[in-house]
Amino acid sequence: MRMLKFLLQKELKQIFRDPAIIIILFIMPTIQLLILPAAADYEIKNINLGVVDHDHSEYSRKMVEKITSSGYFRLRDYSPSFKQGLKAIETDKTDLILEIPANFERDLVKDNESTLFVAVDAINGVKAGLGGAYLQQILGDYNNEIRTQWIQNPRMSPQPTIDVTSSDWYNPNMNYKAFMVPGILVLLVTMIGSSFASNNIVREKEMGTIEQINVSPIKKYQFILGKLIPFWILALSVLTIGFIIARLVYGIVPVGSYFTVYAFASIYLVAVLGLGLLLSTYAQTQQQSMLVSFFVTMIFNLMSGLYTPIESMPGWAQWIARFNPVTYFIQVMRMVVLKGSSLGDIRVHIFIILGFALFFNTWAILNYRKRTG
Amino acid sequence: MQPVVVENIVQNYRTKKMVVEALKGISFTVDRGEIFGIIGPDGAGKTSLFRILTTLLLAESGKATVDGFDVVTDYKQIRNRIGYMPGRFSLYQDLSVEENLEFFATIFNTTIQQNYDLIKDIYQQIEPFKDRKAGALSGGMKQKLALCCALIHKPSVLFLDEPTTGVDAVSRKEFWEMLHRLKEQGITILVSTAYMDEASLCDRVALIQKGELLSVDTPKNIIGQFKKPLWAIRADEMYKLMNDIAADPAVESCYPFGQYHHVVFKTQEKRRQTLEEIAKGGEHAHVEIKPIEPNIEDCFMALMNN
Repeated sequence: MRMLKFLLQKELKQIFRDPAIIIILFIMPTIQLLILPAAADYEIKNINLGVVDHDHSEYSRKMVEKITSSGYFRLRDYSPSFKQGLKAIETDKTDLILEIPANFERDLVKDNESTLFVAVDAINGVKAGLGGAYLQQILGDYNNEIRTQWIQNPRMSPQPTIDVTSSDWYNPNMNYKAFMVPGILVLLVTMIGSSFASNNIVREKEMGTIEQINVSPIKKYQFILGKLIPFWILALSVLTIGFIIARLVYGIVPVGSYFTVYAFASIYLVAVLGLGLLLSTYAQTQQQSMLVSFFVTMIFNLMSGLYTPIESMPGWAQWIARFNPVTYFIQVMRMVVLKGSSLGDIRVHIFIILGFALFFNTWAILNYRKRTG
Repeated sequence: MQPVVVENIVQNYRTKKMVVEALKGISFTVDRGEIFGIIGPDGAGKTSLFRILTTLLLAESGKATVDGFDVVTDYKQIRNRIGYMPGRFSLYQDLSVEENLEFFATIFNTTIQQNYDLIKDIYQQIEPFKDRKAGALSGGMKQKLALCCALIHKPSVLFLDEPTTGVDAVSRKEFWEMLHRLKEQGITILVSTAYMDEASLCDRVALIQKGELLSVDTPKNIIGQFKKPLWAIRADEMYKLMNDIAADPAVESCYPFGQYHHVVFKTQEKRRQTLEEIAKGGEHAHVEIKPIEPNIEDCFMALMNN
């Protein structure tokens, strides 16, 4: 015990003696948490619309009016031909062309149906997908409007319509920050957990100090605990700073209790630190360990369901996400912060993370050798 | 029981293309309380041998014991009773002198106070800088601190891997004086070095070259085995002189040594005349020839040529 206490003392002394580490550990996550959520807004606004109107009728004019008044679209181009409209897309002036055929109004009135053509610039996939979907929804609304105009006071609506109204549970205003900020916080804690501890151990390899440790009677577990505990504490401190920022800046107060999050985070960090430790047993230089942990956290972060729902990934990718500890912490974070889940609700997650912790640490300890050959 | 027994240790390093034979079956023993020097050029296998004896590296084959404990099976006991000072300075540069010492005392389950008398002489020299970070010390100071850290748990065998490499002449002398004081306290010291002149400071030396031991004996006996007369010669054009001498069939070897070339002939007889003739034939100016006593380096050269 005395040995462990002394190892921790030495480790913390070294960490706090390096001003760069303190800046990286505390200032960097703070800035990231202040900046990143602004970039992670999914709502697409200001889609630039080009219209090619061959009809020039009242209906077509009304329709364009309705689209622009939705707030999502800005009418940027009004071309006489599709060719010219396409030019506007090529020069990046517009994102989307709506082509209204000649006789649009006549066909609609006479045949009760007409077609429209929508061309989308798919260079930015998200913008294209959502822009197209918005436009279709607005056109659908418009369609219904005309129909109700035509059918004046029928006794029974000949066209049964299903009107869907939705209410967003747990996040009634669909405030994207409420689910992005906790998620980003998870990423920050993960990065600190996985790369700092591993770099620290590899540094001892580089400096040769690990040789001195290895010839001493110090036990493997003492050395490893001496490395893990300080970074476990640091990562939890970063989590705390993150919650303070979430509360002060974004007004996010978890519906559930902080205790649940910290309880889960404590186990989660053991898993992530174990991963870092594992990397460090293989890496020989800090450069190697940096690059590998960069690679791993990159995959973990993008496949965690933070930005895109896991359910929409292909089957094999969903399996990767299932073997990704970050996925579980993000789920837990959102469950607790938005829904108010308790420890009982996240027990499956806890068991899975315990499994990860056991797996990574066992592998790391088995692979950590005090001697070579 | 001898503190260090090495029997037929073999160690190879494998790269993709080739196998490097670092140690080709080495055997020797070290007596208690002696300073045993392992002397050889860079790449001779000194560090590999030290890493095997300090339980950091598993030898490919062969057997070795330290203080009667096997380096493979009883490594835990060995780690409690040896001190190891690696060739590269490997203390925590961002911890102070005192913190380093305290740290190494703790991981060996002891305290500075317990064994202070052992390191007192050395530590007093660096004590004025005890709050300075280890990284900010001079080379000689670093060595002293490293030695203190290796000694703090009162080891019975001390392994010093090239402790004087990169240290100035005065600090080197001081360092050897410290080793002799430690020896008086009954500590067995294994020290490796690439400096031949340090051989005479050891009680016994092992000359090592390309993973093989050339000779294990006292420095005196090794020099005593050098039977042939040795000549030192100098002239204005040293390089040409060496080529001229080496070309003579009677010459066994000729190698540069400081300002002179050392020359050994194949036969026992004294052949000042031959040297004079060579010098004359090559039209060398300011020629100086004198017979000299061999030193360890001459012996090493002779053993290497065999």
